[in-house]
Amino acid sequence: MSKAVSVLNGARFSGLATVEDAGLQGMITLRGDLGSKALKAAVKAATGAGVPAQGSISVAENGAAAWMSPDELLLLVPYEDAVAKTAEVAEALKGEHALAVNVSDARAFFRLSGEGAREVLGKVSPVDFDAAAFKPGQFRRSRLAQVAGAFWLNEDGSFYIVCFRSVGEYVFKLLSAGAHPQSKVGVY
Amino acid sequence: MLILECPYCGVKAEETELAAGGEAHLKRYGPGSSDDEFHDYLFMRENPKGVHFERWRHANGCGKWFHAARCTMTLEVFGTYTAQTSVPTQEILDKIAAKRPGWTWREFADGKK
Ligand SMILES: [Zn+2]
Repeated sequence: MSKAVSVLNGARFSGLATVEDAGLQGMITLRGDLGSKALKAAVKAATGAGVPAQGSISVAENGAAAWMSPDELLLLVPYEDAVAKTAEVAEALKGEHALAVNVSDARAFFRLSGEGAREVLGKVSPVDFDAAAFKPGQFRRSRLAQVAGAFWLNEDGSFYIVCFRSVGEYVFKLLSAGAHPQSKVGVY
Repeated sequence: MLILECPYCGVKAEETELAAGGEAHLKRYGPGSSDDEFHDYLFMRENPKGVHFERWRHANGCGKWFHAARCTMTLEVFGTYTAQTSVPTQEILDKIAAKRPGWTWREFADGKK
C-alpha cells in the first residue's frame, strides 16, 4: 500500500496565529439514532468517549466524538485504527438503522493556535467567537469563507478544524491570509 | 441580515450559513390531479408584504431542512420549527396573532386553527 500523507504534509504558517496541518487523523462518520443504547456503546468502545451533547465534542484519551446533527456524529480515532474501528462500529450496530463510514482520507485536519486564533477564524466564519459565546468543548459546523468546515475549541485556546480534503489547500491558505501579521483587527 | 435559529442544532445561523428553499407547506399535486391544480402547484406562489412562511436548509451546518415564519417587511422572525409538519406550530401562530392582528396567509389566518 502507498504511504498515507496528510493534505499539506505538515505545512505551517505563523502570524497572528499559527496554522498547522494537523496530520493524519482517523475520522468515522456515524449516522443513526444517537439515543440508542447500541450506538452509545459502540461510540464508547470505538473512541472511549460518550455521545456528545448537541453542539459539543466529547474527548477521551485516544479518541473523541463530535455532534454533527441530530442523527450524525464524527468519531475521531487514531489514523491507523480507522479501518478496523469502522468495521467494529458497523458490526456493533448490525440490525440498527445506522451507517458508519471511514472518511479519514476524505478530510483535511488543521490546528489553529495562538493569541489570534479566535480572530483569524472569526474573519472567515459567520460565528460569534467571543470568549463568552464560544467555549472549550463547543463544536460547530459552519463555513470557512466559501467552503463547508467544522471546528472545535480546545482547553488550551487552540482550534481544530476539519474540512473536505479537496479544499484543504484552500482552507490552509485562507487561514494563513487571515493570520497575516499586519491584518490584526483586535475584536476578540 | 437575516438570522434564523436552526431547530435541529440550536445554532443561530446567519443568512450565509443557510440556503433558501422557497414557500412552505406546499401541497404536491402530481399524477391524477387536474391541469389547474398542477399548474398552481408549480407556479402560483405567495408574495406577501408581511407574514410569510418559508423553507430553509441549514446548508453550512447540520444540513437539515426546517421551516421559518417571518415578516418580509421588517425581517422580524416569529420563529422556526421542524420540517416534519404541514402546518405551523400553534405557538408560532399565537405569536404572529399577537404581533400582527388580522394576518392572513394562504389558508392560514388570525384566529383560524
Ligand atoms: Zn442546524
